Amino acid sequence: MNGRLPWFAISMLVLGYLFLYSPILSLIFYSFNESRLVTVWGGFSTKWYGALMQNDALLSGAWLSVQIAFLTACVAVVLGTLAAFALIRFGNFRGRTLFAGMVTAPLVMPEVITGLSLLLLFVAMEAVLGGPGRGMMTIVIAHATFATAYVTVVVQSRLGQLDMSLEEAAMDLGARPFKVVRVIILPLIWPAMLAGWLLAFTLSFDDLVIATFTSGPGAKTLPMEVFSSVRMGVSPQINALATIFIVVVTTMVVIANQVAFRRRA
Amino acid sequence: MRSPAKSFSAVVRRLNQPGAAGRLTALAIPYGWLALFFLLPLLIVVKISLSESVMGIPPYEPILRFAEDAKVQIHLTFSNFGLLLRDNLYVVAYLNSVKIAAISTLISVVIGYSMAYGIARSPLRWRYLLLMLIIIPFWTSFLIRIYAMIGFLKDNGLINNVLMALGVIDQPIAIMYTPTAVYIGIIYSYLPFMVLPIYAALERMDPSLLEAAGDLGAKPWKAFLRVTLPLSMPGVVAGSLLVFIPAVGEFVIPELLGGLGSPMIGKVLWAEFFSNRDWPVASAVAVAMLALLVVPVMMFDRFASRYFRGRS
Repeated sequence: MNGRLPWFAISMLVLGYLFLYSPILSLIFYSFNESRLVTVWGGFSTKWYGALMQNDALLSGAWLSVQIAFLTACVAVVLGTLAAFALIRFGNFRGRTLFAGMVTAPLVMPEVITGLSLLLLFVAMEAVLGGPGRGMMTIVIAHATFATAYVTVVVQSRLGQLDMSLEEAAMDLGARPFKVVRVIILPLIWPAMLAGWLLAFTLSFDDLVIATFTSGPGAKTLPMEVFSSVRMGVSPQINALATIFIVVVTTMVVIANQVAFRRRA
Repeated sequence: MRSPAKSFSAVVRRLNQPGAAGRLTALAIPYGWLALFFLLPLLIVVKISLSESVMGIPPYEPILRFAEDAKVQIHLTFSNFGLLLRDNLYVVAYLNSVKIAAISTLISVVIGYSMAYGIARSPLRWRYLLLMLIIIPFWTSFLIRIYAMIGFLKDNGLINNVLMALGVIDQPIAIMYTPTAVYIGIIYSYLPFMVLPIYAALERMDPSLLEAAGDLGAKPWKAFLRVTLPLSMPGVVAGSLLVFIPAVGEFVIPELLGGLGSPMIGKVLWAEFFSNRDWPVASAVAVAMLALLVVPVMMFDRFASRYFRGRS
């Protein structure tokens, strides 16, 4: 699709990007504000970044969130890649419809339902099996369950594009299925697995609602800390934290796109 | 009917094919995980929504009870659902959630379609940057973006300051803690989910179709209505489902941006669970929400599986 852009499309683009970015940009701007009042400019200062580094609650929340997100991403990549394989390569096996439904439904399931239902499961499991105790591990299980759906989508679309004749050729030449997976398929799909890993990490790092339901005493993730502090009111420290977050995400997205762009070119 | 021995030997034969055991494991692991951590929890929610609530840990009565003469009694109660229908609070929150989600989805379609169309029609060297600017908010923390919205909408926030500086208004307009703030928050948060699928649909379109329409004498707007729009409908449907379904159950946005005037069902569920500690009623609210979403979720499922199969 090329040709001249109608004025309507141009103005909608400008307005749309203004809408998406002005709240974020003003948040970044006020994170360098000397004044405690978030909307009154009191001169340039980085003191809120210093205060953030002293905030033990936020720092330990961030560390817990990183650990949870890392484990979640690893579990979700394994489960999601296997699920994508089953859906793309195993044909019409019995129970495929239920499986496909269970894989995609978590993508759109409201978080409050996922959170509530998993908590009720964990409570029932504690009553019957005596564990797992609620805390970091239950959050990881909950996050991995919905993150798997995202990984499956990403890996599935890559697997669907692969040329099956490569695998057939390797099989004809006598390669065992496991070797085909290791030598042919994995090298071709690892960028999709990496993208899925990053997506799962981000989703887990970001989640407030499901973590609040499935967490136990003492396990407070970064979003849970941020949420309770935002409920108390706006604070310049949260502006500083948000700025760091946005800078990290933007850098990663730019690098990832550069890498993807080079590979394609 | 096949005899058990025959089907057993069929299973053995299949397992002896190269890679069959590997395939079985590859399927069993994610299948088992999802059955245990996705399907079973939903069944437990349905079960608890039919239990009576009591004070205690856990705060509900078991459905199966062992009576003295070794009989199993089943106790089911629909009183939790009766409460949802009787108490106006739940009905209002339910209808309000549907209304807010539907209107937000419609507005997102209009804004999202125009943006996706603009990106798809822009010169190649711009398209890369414009797309990345859609993807960055998509990866940025949801909570932080809602927090940014507070700074944007509040009485001494950016919107009011700009409007007052321009002389459009001389007193701040109260947007925070109104239903308007909830609409803005939902559209702001979910807009990338609308733009990306519509853009993907527009990008896949064959440009020669539009040339053909033009050669046959169709005016640009007519070519848009009869060629571009129908071909991009899958993107519009996918985007709408990706916005509507989570928006119905949204908790964080009405909690942080909305006031008491815009109850939403996700907030009600949260309050029942965390403040009232009434697990059966919270479960009944969840079941009622699922009943509302079952059709859109199944639509999304069919849509997604057809989409990925079509590409394979």
